[in-house]
Amino acid sequence: MRIPLSWLREYTQLPADASAEDLMADLVKVGLEEEDVHRPSDNLSGPIVVGQVLSLVKEEQTNGKTINWCQVRVVPEGTEQTLTGKGIEPNGVQGIICGAHNFVEGDKVVVTLPGAVLPGDFKITPRKTYGHVSAGMIASSRELGIGEDHDGIMVLANFGLDPEVGTDAFELFGLNDQAAEINVTPDRGYCFSIRGVAREYGLATGTSFTDPASTIKVTAATGAGHQVKLSDDAPIYDVPGCTRFVTREVTGINPALPTPRWMASRLQLAGMRSISLVVDISNYVMLELGAPLHFYDADKLTGAITVRRATAGEKLTTLDEKNRELSVEDLLITDESGALGIAGVMGGAATEVSDSTSRVLIEAAHFDAVSIGRSRRRHKLPSEASKRFERGVDPRIMDIAAQRAVNLLVELAGGTETANVTDAGMVPADTQIQLPAGFAGALIGVEYTDEQTITALGGIGATVEQNAEGFMVSAPSWRPDLEIEEDLVEEVARVVGYDQIPATLPVAPPGRGLTRTQSQRRRLLQGLADAGLTEVLTYPFVSEAQNNTFGTPEAGSTVKAVSLANPISKEFRFLRTSLLPGLLDTARRNIGRGFRDLALYEGGLVFLPGEQLGSAFLPPLGVKPSDEVLADLYHGVPHQPWQLAAVFTGHEASAAAGFAPRLWDWADALDAARTVADILGVQLEVAQGDHQAFHPGRAATLKVAGEVVGYAGELHPALLKDADLPPRTVAMELNAAAMMAAAPQVVVAQSLSTQPLATQDVALVVDQHVVAGHVLDTLREGAGALLEDITLFDVYQGQGIEEGKKSLAFGLRFRAEDRTLTADEASEARAAAVALAAEKFGATQR
Amino acid sequence: MSDQTIQEATEAELNAPHPTDEAGINAAVQAALAAIESAGDLTELKDARLAHSGEKSALSLANRQIGKLDKSEKAVAGKLVGGARGRVNKALAARTVVLEEAEAARILEEETVDVTAAPRRRRVGARHPLSVLQDRVSDIFVGMGWEIAEGPEVESEWFNFDALNFKPDHPAREMQDTFFIEPADAHLVLRTHTSPVQVRSMLQRETPVYVLCPGRTFRTDELDATHTPVFHQFEGLAVDKGLTMADLRGTLEHFARQMFGKDAQIRLRPAYFPFTEPSAELDIWHPGAKGGPRWIEWGGCGMINPNVLRAAGIDPEEYSGFAFGMGIERTLMFRNDVPDMHDMIEGDIRFSQHFGMEI
Repeated sequence: MRIPLSWLREYTQLPADASAEDLMADLVKVGLEEEDVHRPSDNLSGPIVVGQVLSLVKEEQTNGKTINWCQVRVVPEGTEQTLTGKGIEPNGVQGIICGAHNFVEGDKVVVTLPGAVLPGDFKITPRKTYGHVSAGMIASSRELGIGEDHDGIMVLANFGLDPEVGTDAFELFGLNDQAAEINVTPDRGYCFSIRGVAREYGLATGTSFTDPASTIKVTAATGAGHQVKLSDDAPIYDVPGCTRFVTREVTGINPALPTPRWMASRLQLAGMRSISLVVDISNYVMLELGAPLHFYDADKLTGAITVRRATAGEKLTTLDEKNRELSVEDLLITDESGALGIAGVMGGAATEVSDSTSRVLIEAAHFDAVSIGRSRRRHKLPSEASKRFERGVDPRIMDIAAQRAVNLLVELAGGTETANVTDAGMVPADTQIQLPAGFAGALIGVEYTDEQTITALGGIGATVEQNAEGFMVSAPSWRPDLEIEEDLVEEVARVVGYDQIPATLPVAPPGRGLTRTQSQRRRLLQGLADAGLTEVLTYPFVSEAQNNTFGTPEAGSTVKAVSLANPISKEFRFLRTSLLPGLLDTARRNIGRGFRDLALYEGGLVFLPGEQLGSAFLPPLGVKPSDEVLADLYHGVPHQPWQLAAVFTGHEASAAAGFAPRLWDWADALDAARTVADILGVQLEVAQGDHQAFHPGRAATLKVAGEVVGYAGELHPALLKDADLPPRTVAMELNAAAMMAAAPQVVVAQSLSTQPLATQDVALVVDQHVVAGHVLDTLREGAGALLEDITLFDVYQGQGIEEGKKSLAFGLRFRAEDRTLTADEASEARAAAVALAAEKFGATQR
Repeated sequence: MSDQTIQEATEAELNAPHPTDEAGINAAVQAALAAIESAGDLTELKDARLAHSGEKSALSLANRQIGKLDKSEKAVAGKLVGGARGRVNKALAARTVVLEEAEAARILEEETVDVTAAPRRRRVGARHPLSVLQDRVSDIFVGMGWEIAEGPEVESEWFNFDALNFKPDHPAREMQDTFFIEPADAHLVLRTHTSPVQVRSMLQRETPVYVLCPGRTFRTDELDATHTPVFHQFEGLAVDKGLTMADLRGTLEHFARQMFGKDAQIRLRPAYFPFTEPSAELDIWHPGAKGGPRWIEWGGCGMINPNVLRAAGIDPEEYSGFAFGMGIERTLMFRNDVPDMHDMIEGDIRFSQHFGMEI
């Protein structure tokens, strides 16, 4: 909401020299947040005055354009120019070139004199052009930043203005005024009005204010008003769509009269365009009192007005000339010819006021917030009116707002008030809230006196009666947000001031610190960083194709995923089932920026829909659902395990003099997975991999206790090519949540034998398709308890080894707990190991 | 031993001074000392040692002849030759020390490298500053005895809205710019705040409850310099007997000082949130803000609305509570003068790496 200061000043003690910034600094104390300042004079300065065109000579140019060479008087006839400066004529008549043609000799116009600066830092100086010195400019409203007309320059008569020559245009157009823009929270609909903000200003500063509504005397009805019927056979949440409908009639309007400048400039500062006097009056009253009005051309109405819900299949052409299909929930204003408009949202074209309207029927009605909100959303028609109705309009303001409109139509539009008044419906009783004594103090931690409480609540417009239990508070009609005693506590606290609240530090019961899972996650994230990887955080939005590539399909089907109803991008409407798409995008972006050697990782949730997606039943608010309903809610939330993934591409470091870094390869991806397992203390089982995103021969399937927890290796070459990523990019992804759960709760300390070590090597020849890991596992099994450790130290194929075979060389370390091993004991264990390998794989010693 | 060496040895023997020939012995000593002094390195010194102290040196040969002398001559010769050999050996030892030191210095000199040309062999990794900041915030609250609670990112609409007192048709529900999951009747959303974790915490824990809920949240904003559809929040929740808004302020003030130093100041302004009543916006004084010191909007807070307590099965007559929430991106932005949201979310490795361990 934008608040023109001149307007607010009419009803408050706002100082004459206060700026928009000063006003916002005061309003923020009561909860109206500062947004922006609108001050035309920030972009406009210097001599800008009313001038009169004395002569106008049309001169045709060689480029085919015709320009006007004008002599314009800018001081009253018979007086001297008091301004001085380059290009200012002492005789008060300026020679000006003007390209616009919408004016004639004798017209009064706005002249920006040399020395003036227009929006966009456009400085006016005398300049030689078309063979003359043009000393100034005849301005359009757009150039002054006060309108959007494109028809040429401002001819003041068209604005109903006939000011004296030399008049300061700043005063004339209200350009010295300024507006403070504040953010109004959804509970404070009444602050979408000068009336509401004036009250808040009074509360913020402790100064007096005048309720604009109190200055308006409503004419008593003497004649029969327009017939109005309120009917609602389908109220939403049992609330009738329309509770009050006031009509007033004004006749004899002169639609040709222009909007006075003070009104137009206030509307503009408030962010609304000036359209026509009658429409402007309607908007002006809405901004001032917070009541959206609707004006009908009374001569176009057919019979009685009925407010009702739309019928199935009913249609309406709205003011924006769209033919709209209506819903049975839409609340309509109708007459005997049919629907006139969607209540509180948008009127219909048929009964719109126009430049031929002379008899106006004013509608000031109160509509249900929920009903208006739904219609607005349904038809995507946000408007100043719907914004206010959705937040709640004062049900007592209808007759007053209508009267204000009548007064303005009479005063400015030449209209005549009639006593034909309708006031259908009723005003609901004000909400009564019992505020227990001491309740506010106990919730805030400030001892409010009874006087403070009564003054604060009186200040917001409530009626307060002190009783034995505390205070019986009757909430003001414009505050539908006040429902419970806590609402009143906030009012007391904010009026007295949040800055009065002291700081006390509550002591929580002794805590347990981070949970095991939280600590594990931190160690993993830090551990990968320590291992040289860089953490990134990527968006979880992916395409169906990405999920199908990187996700883990259930046997014989595609990857199941959760999708968004309103994604930012339709293609990426799915939630990730793998972290790799995001990591690969990030890698590509870094490579594009010249960083080709990368090791990236991310920890985050993936989204796996289960059997049940969501819950059909949404329990009401303010009540704890039953255990069954809660269980259903929990159960409907998709499984979202925390995963870890890493991507490596390029080299492990940057090349430098005397240093050729290694290229990352598949084993680095596997090593990162092993780092994760080692940090957690879980045993990672590595098997030849089979995942569609990976190179079929260079990937590992990773398991913990027989369950697959992830994959690591080189990404599929075709995929890398399609994704425009370097060849040999490698990756790993782990269901870290499952691994964390599998980590040992308590590690039982081993006794550390200090007996001497006995080492034995063995080279085995096996078929080339036998994987080393299986042979190693077998040797370990066969060697028995004396084996401390075993490593594969060489793989060889070639001379001396039969075609189709390979040699695997292992180093075995033996140690006993209690004695020095003899060479025979170690050899026996080695022989047992070899024997088992021979049995399982046909391995022979080389 | 070849004939020739025998020949030479014999020749040397013939040339050796007599053990009682003082002048001859002294001349041999002078010759030895000169050779030792002129030795430029250990190799030359070794040659000098061989020549003047070795078995075939004049002094050694003279020494060997002492045994053949008369008893009367033996003493004189012994003293003369012994003293001479002693002087030579001492000179050898001294020269050895000098030359060894020189040799060691030469080797060190030779081994000098250009340390400025050293390559970086191992790249140092880094955690993301948002993730580190989240841990830092958590640690501050853990230090106060609070616990860290977490929940799912795809969440039931009831936990995200209804339980938090968002009425189905209230404009506040729209303020959240929610991502909805298909189909609509599944009533699932990407959580718009971490507040659903608060509700889960109240339902699943015994009172009193003091939890901090950090995590990722989602709103349908397009990415620009100050907005991102995916961001991080941390929210605090305290439910206990007799908690007041002064307790809320005290907690926030303590936290702000842990985070920004002992001079940090906070300000509460009246605001509106469906889940708190009274509600407040939290501002923090930023003395180093670009364009001069000013209040910066940091988050929202307030006393838990009794409807929220009821939804979680807590009796508002018995318990009260407060809650607050701040954005981690926003905190990092003003804490470290991050100029653009893109830097935080694009994963440019420079962004994570240049923070080091600062946070």
